Formats: sequence, structure tokens, C-alpha cells
Amino acid sequence: MELLNKLTAAFGPSGYEDEVADIIIDEIKPYVDEIKRDRLGNIIALKKGKTSKKIMTSAHMDQIGVMVSYIEKEGYLRFTNVGWVDPHAILYHIVRFKNGVTGIVSKEDKKEIKDLKLKDLYIDIGACSKEEAESKVRIGDFAVFKSFFKLVGDRVYSGALDDRIGCYILIEAAKRLKDNKSDVYFTFTVQEETYTSGAATSAFAIEPDMAVVIDVTDTGDTPNCNAMAVKMGDGAAIKVKDGGMICHPFIKKFLEETAEKYGIKHQYEILVGGATDGSEIHVSKTGVLTGAISIPSRYVHTPEELVDMKDVEAVISLLTKTLEEWEK
Amino acid sequence: MDGKELLFKLSNLNAVSGSEYLLKNTLSDAFKDYVDDIDEGNLGDFIAHKKGSSDGKFKIMIAAHADEVGLLVTGIDERGFIHFNEVAGIDPKTLPAQEVIIHGKKDVYGVIGAKPPHVLSSDDMKKAVKIEDMVIDTGLDKDEVLKLITIGDFITIKREAKNLLGNFMTGKALDDRSGIAILYECARELQKMNHYADVYFVSSVMEETGCGGVSTSTYKINPQIGIAVDVTFGDTYLDDDDVDGDCGKGIPIYVGPNLHPKLTEKLIEVAKENNIPHSISVSPGATGTDAWEMQIQREGVPTLLISLPLKYMHTSTEVIDYRDVKTAGKLLAQFISEIKDGDSYEL
Amino acid sequence: MNYDVLKEYTDALSPSGCEGNIRDVIKSKVQNFGDIVVDSMGNLMVHKKGSGKRVMIAAHMDEVGFIVTSICKDGRIKFGTVGGIDPRILVSKRVVFVKNNLLGVIGVKPIHLQDREERGKPIPKKDLFIDIGATSKEEAEKYVKLGDFAAFESEYIDLGETIKAKALDDRIGCFLLTKLLKDDYDFDLYGAFTAQEEVGSRGAGVAAYRIKPDVAIAIEGTTCADIAKDEKDFVTTLGDGPAISLMDRTSSASGKLLKMIINTAEENKIPYQFRRGIVGGNDAGRISRAREGCLTCTISVPTRYIHSPISMIKKKDFENTLKLIKLVLKNIEKGEF
Repeated sequence: MELLNKLTAAFGPSGYEDEVADIIIDEIKPYVDEIKRDRLGNIIALKKGKTSKKIMTSAHMDQIGVMVSYIEKEGYLRFTNVGWVDPHAILYHIVRFKNGVTGIVSKEDKKEIKDLKLKDLYIDIGACSKEEAESKVRIGDFAVFKSFFKLVGDRVYSGALDDRIGCYILIEAAKRLKDNKSDVYFTFTVQEETYTSGAATSAFAIEPDMAVVIDVTDTGDTPNCNAMAVKMGDGAAIKVKDGGMICHPFIKKFLEETAEKYGIKHQYEILVGGATDGSEIHVSKTGVLTGAISIPSRYVHTPEELVDMKDVEAVISLLTKTLEEWEK
Repeated sequence: MDGKELLFKLSNLNAVSGSEYLLKNTLSDAFKDYVDDIDEGNLGDFIAHKKGSSDGKFKIMIAAHADEVGLLVTGIDERGFIHFNEVAGIDPKTLPAQEVIIHGKKDVYGVIGAKPPHVLSSDDMKKAVKIEDMVIDTGLDKDEVLKLITIGDFITIKREAKNLLGNFMTGKALDDRSGIAILYECARELQKMNHYADVYFVSSVMEETGCGGVSTSTYKINPQIGIAVDVTFGDTYLDDDDVDGDCGKGIPIYVGPNLHPKLTEKLIEVAKENNIPHSISVSPGATGTDAWEMQIQREGVPTLLISLPLKYMHTSTEVIDYRDVKTAGKLLAQFISEIKDGDSYEL
Repeated sequence: MNYDVLKEYTDALSPSGCEGNIRDVIKSKVQNFGDIVVDSMGNLMVHKKGSGKRVMIAAHMDEVGFIVTSICKDGRIKFGTVGGIDPRILVSKRVVFVKNNLLGVIGVKPIHLQDREERGKPIPKKDLFIDIGATSKEEAEKYVKLGDFAAFESEYIDLGETIKAKALDDRIGCFLLTKLLKDDYDFDLYGAFTAQEEVGSRGAGVAAYRIKPDVAIAIEGTTCADIAKDEKDFVTTLGDGPAISLMDRTSSASGKLLKMIINTAEENKIPYQFRRGIVGGNDAGRISRAREGCLTCTISVPTRYIHSPISMIKKKDFENTLKLIKLVLKNIEKGEF
């Protein structure tokens, strides 16, 4: 849990992933043959195999956040979103800047909660004037949502599980992976929440034959929710389709058969809204056979997200076995 | 086989976005007599290559997308009814009382239930049925269903292509398999012609889902000219400015930023000089077709777009006039034969 | 500073997809500065060979405009907009057809004939049309055809400290890039006058794929929105100096490069501002993700009323932007980032 805690606590809004990258490189270095960071900041870590086939497995390092766009003369900060941020999900939550400054997200008094937009919100860092605020933060500074990390039974509450849990899974798979047939590229991407540009450029560089994307997905098991087959605790979610891609039927089949062969608990994911790095990877260059294994999560893109470590363990197992056994 | 026969076959095949590779055998069988080699892209795109005298120096890629709109299984309830959602662009209003095929471990027949008028109130009948309120009834009980069907299985409407009066025909997936028929008619015309350019007939993937699968075929082939062949609205019974086609009256040729101005001019000239019925359609921005992705691959691909007028798009009762398919095939073949060594299309 | 070239640039009629005119004008000014390539999208690239880093500087040539979509029986011309234009500003403006400099008006129903409800509502775009004075379809077809492009009619006016013209987004960027290309640098420089930015940055990615830059700067004429009621809603402020982009809908400024640009401005006491808000996108988006990616930043001249015939810039903003970019390029030469 220590590694997951460290990962989720690291400061890494889209475009500023260095702190997260440093932790990942430290952890994964002993288990791979080559590591590099490319121009945009993606980490590409290669564990050589025996054949010339290449598998790319990816998780994104960045998290959603906010960026200061204006400082009022009374010291209040106005901001814009980094990635998709629901104003209702962050109201009265705390944000933290890289330099440690924190603030409360509040709304203009006269604005109704039901019609809330981001421009109706502001951050109060306790400054009484513009000058005082400017001594602590500047326009263009990024902040993330402060969260606590708590393990309750098998379930973890934390911010940034999207997609630090994916990064954690990739690291664990790298640690457990022995005798992989193909070359495996553990890819930790940048800027997924904003532009998925990290996925595009890393896939272009790697030119994989096959790709498996690891990211969180919703569940359909909370009160009065939209129907969705994914349930927390029902295992690794093999993606069928999301808003940005359809998993290649051959890869979906391979994941299914591998899960069945090793008795790994699994279920199927169809995500109506939302896309992942897969949307860029599968159409890179001449096309990549792409699939995804998702972690069922609740309260995604809020300051406290939730996953079940039994599901996480199932994803790690399924990913590890897939990386070991795949060769076209 | 003739083009209409191929189109009937293609229309009756079931391949929703992502499963386009299922068309491969039928396409290989058809194109093999008219091309020099056949290849498959990583994502299931089909590529048939007919050599030209340029010997690989000048390549023209013509693409029509293979995927059809469809549904997929999202859940199986306690009573064995199957819940579903759309894969891309299906109007839920076309679904009640339809017959479907679920492509599970084997193909399973089902119907999308509809309440009979006797039990509906007049208020009920004023509202469109929502997709989440529909289920598929296979007549099997839950255990039998679970043996054959899993969440994520694709579903297509059960429909057989048929002729209507005159040159009209109807079937599902005419968007854009009739485009593939156009490619086939073009390949047959080219048999009797000499041409400088190497021609790549491509059946592209994932157009309906907006994933831009044609980018992978374009990247692979790296052509000097890319031509997208899609369908457009032929619903002239509507008083709508966006309806730019008229079945049986000719092929819309597109102009606008997505299309190369000099090549488009040449295509229009070829149509005029050969008395090929055509019209001009204008697209101020994205054309909503494979042309959009093709144009910006690698260092850029000069792109053209022609469309087939089609009525009732994205339903299982699409209607086209087959003469338009032949006309379009002829237009493309004539255009290809007029691309000569040394021609310049520089801007 | 002499702004004659800017006038020539803004006078050119070139909506996205029809950049021939502006490309010819720019080519005549830059052709001796390096090797010229025009690609299939219409991008004009100037390569000043050098050793070391591959640096790409991009400014887009195209402007928003109009394209003929149909011609009515009575000679009125229906059109589509090329690039984003608020239809409410079209009413009662004049346009010029690119092909033959023909003038047309976007007419509107007289207020006397509008009922109460109509007066309060904007006219739907599909009800707008261009009148060139033709009285029949046949007559109109002698002068225009489907797919013909048109641009706003707008005279270049020098107001002393301010310039008003159409298409300052991004002819001001093209003007700046033209000046940059005159000098020599200690790196491999590619000046890219890109095509079709307004319809989705269509030319930039294709140009970057060919050029393979290590680092890229996009130069824009960017929105001010500084006549909004509330200062916090301004995106940039006219007169406050070059606007450095932090983040927008298509890209985020690369950290190290951004820092160097800010330091350059501060150390040399060049007034600057940040482009606040994340609305809009520009060529940096496609360039930053071409191939294996590259470091990018956007530096803009604040421009009021972009995407309309009456855009405005302040000369001192332009001059400070030029100064800043020249110094940034010097720092790139030194490898300082």
C-alpha cells in the first residue's frame, strides 16, 4: 500500500508529471532492461523478450486539476480546468499547489448550486489582497485536489486513483513478469486527461504489434445509477468498447481466454461516455491490435475515488499473464 | 460475379465496427480476378492492389468503409431478456419490432419487443421508446442464453437485401458497402484500361464510430492521391438544404477545404467530358467521411470525395439506385486512366 | 516600423482551403531567405539551413470566410462559413469573392417588416444570403459557382497606435515570421506559414510531420475579449504586451520552454501577459503531438475582435512580441532550456 499511497500523493496534473515520473522510474528500474523519458515526458520502459514482437502496455501518470487564470484584487483566485472537472464534485474541497499552498474551492454566493459552472467558483487561499496572493501563487500555477488515502478492508479511498492505480498495476506486473515472449514496453503516459497526446507520441515511437491499456472505469452498482455491467468486486474488467475505441475482438478473446485459463475473476466493460489512451494507440501508424483491462472504480474525477484491491489484484494477474504469453 | 451480386452478398454479411475483417473472404473472392495482390491491414482493413505502369511510384488509394451501424449486448436479466445499446448512430425509433441476430458463441435469433397497441395509452404512443427500455427476446430461458451470449457481443438487424421497382434496391449496411461495390465496378472498368497510377482499393475500418480507422490504411499505403467514397442523403422528399443527392440523377462531387482544389477540378472535368451525370456538393469544413483523416496523414495526401445518394441512412431499410453505383465506378476509372506521368497538381 | 507588408498581408483574400493569394504574397517576400517548399495542403515552408536544433516557427496564412453552397432561383447566394464565425456579426456586412474580386452584401430583412418576436432573436444562419446584384440564377452563375470562396470586405486602417484590418488573426503572425526569417540563426530553422488552421489546424500537423522539429513556437493573433464587463473574463488585454499561452483546448505549454520564455521577458524588461482562460486552440496542438512529439509554446499578439472584419492590434504589442521572440530564439541558440 505504501507504493500506491506514494503514487497517489504525488503532484502530477496534466503537463507537470515529473514528480510522479521520478517515483515510477525508481520503482521500476530494477525490473526492466531500458528506461527513457521522451520529449513530452512519457516514460518508456522496455523489458526485452525472445521474439521480435512488441507489446505496449500503458497507464497515464497525469491527474485532473485546475490552473489559476486570474487573481482578484481581494486575493481570490479564479481558475480553469485541467482535464474534465465537474464543478459540483469539487465545491468546498481543498486544492493544493506544488509549493504546498492550499485553498478552499467556493462558489459565488448568489449562484445556485444546480446551475453551477466553473466560472462561478473561486479558490480562497486565505490571502487578503492581490499582492498577498501573488506572493504565494501566480497565474498559470497548477493545483490538484487534496485527498486522504485510506484502506478499509479491501477497498482503497484516495484521490488520483485515475490513473495512479494503473501505474501501480504496471509496476507490479513488471515486478512479477518472468519470461515474456515478446518485448514489453511499460509506458507511463502524460497528458491523457487533456489531449491524449502522450499516448499518440509514445505509440508512434514504439510501433507496437499489440497494446493493452490499463485505466479506471465506472461501475453500475451504486444507488439509482445508469445501467452498466461492471460491478466492484467482480474482478478485472475486460473492455469491449468505450467512447474512443472498440477493442479488437482478437485481443478481447485473448484476454478472456487467459483469464479463464488462470482462473482470474473477470467481467466485461462497455463505457458509454469517456475514452482512454487506447483511442490514440489503436490508430497509430498502420494500426495496433488494442485491448484494455480496466479497474472498476467509483466516484471517478472527484477528490476521493474508490477501488477494490481484489479487483486490482485480478488486473495485475491478468496483465502479467497476458504479457508473458502473448505472441501473435 | 457482377457488382450488384457482390453488393447483395456484402449487405447480408454482419460486421459492426471493429469486426470488418469478417468481410475478407467475400471481398478477396470478388476482387482477386481484377487486381494483382491482396493484403490485410492490422485492424482488419482490406487492401486490393492493381498495378499501374508507374510501378509503385504513383499510388491512388480509393476507400469505402466496411463497418455498419449496430448494437451490442450490455446485460442479460433474470428472465433471460437481453439489454443492449448502440455501437454507432442508430436511431432507437427504428428498433421496436425489429428482428435481430446476436453474434455470440453462435448466431442467435431474437426480436426487439414492442407492446401491442391494445395495452398502450395514447400518451405512451406519443413518446419515442428509449433504448434502455427495450429488450431482445430470444425465446430462450436465462441459462440457455448465458451459454451462448456474453456482454459485449455484437448485434445486427436481420435483413436480406432485395430489389425494389426499377433500379432501386434495399438492404442494411448500404452505407457504405455500396461504396465498396463502387470500388468493385471501378476495378472491373479498369480491366479494359491502361493506367499509370497503381490503384489500391481499400475497405476501411471504424468510420461509423468516428475512430478514423482509414488513417491506418492511408499511413500504410502512403498514396499520392486519396479518394473517399461514401454515401450522402438522397431524401429529396424532405425540404432540407442538407440533402445534396438525388438517387439515379448522378454522383455528388465534393468541394471545400477537405478536398484538393486542383484534383477536384480535374475530376469534375473528367465527369463533364465523359457525360457522366454528377453534381457539386460543398463542404465548408469537415466532410464527416474518411476524407477528413486521409488528408492529414504523414506529409499530407491530396484528397477527393464522391458520394452515393442513399435514402433512409443508418436504418436497415436503406435504398439506393444501383445505376449510381455503376456511374460512380465509371467516373473513378475514367479519372484514374487520365492521371498521367509528369502531371503536376502543385498548389 | 514600416507596416506596409502587414497591409499587403491583410488585404489578401484567403479563407481556409483557398490560401493561394496570401501564399503568393508571402512567397514574394520570403523566397530569398531559404529553400521553399509548398506541400499538398498548401503549407508554405521556408528552410534556413543550420546546424544544431531543428526549430519550427509557425504562423497560419488562412482567415475565416465564406463558401458558396447554393444559388437561389432569384440570384441570391447561399453560403457556409469557413472557420468559426458568430453568425450574428454577418448581418449587413460586405464580402468579396476571391476569384474575381466581386462585391456582395449580406442583406437582411428591414426592421419595419420584422415582428416583435423576430426583432429580439438573431437571424438563423440558414436564412442569410449574399446579394451580388444578380436577378436570376443564370446571371449569378456567370460570376460565381458552387464552392467559390469569399472573405470579409475590410479596409486596412492605421489609427496611429492601433491598426484595424481583417485577418490580423493570423496575418500579424505571418508578418512577424517574415521579419524573423530575414535574420540568421545558429540552428536549423523552418518557418512554416501553415494552411487551414481555422478549420482544425489541418496544415500544421502535416508540416510538423515533414519538418520533425525538436522545438516549435506558434505565433498567433489571439483573442482579447477585454471588452467583457468583468476583468476576470478577459483572455488577454490590448496594450499589455505579448501574450504567452499557458494552456488551451489543444495543448499545454511545455514546462521548460515556458519558463525560459518568461525569464527572457523578465530579464529584458519586456512587458508581457499570460493568455488566461483555456478557450480556443492553435497550431501548437498538432505540432506538439506530431510523430514522437516536440516541445512547443505559443506567443501571441493580443488582437481584439478576431474572426470579424474589424480586428485590431496595438503596434507596441506587435513590436514587443517581435522583440521577445527574437530574444527567445537567441536563448534557443544557446540551448538554454
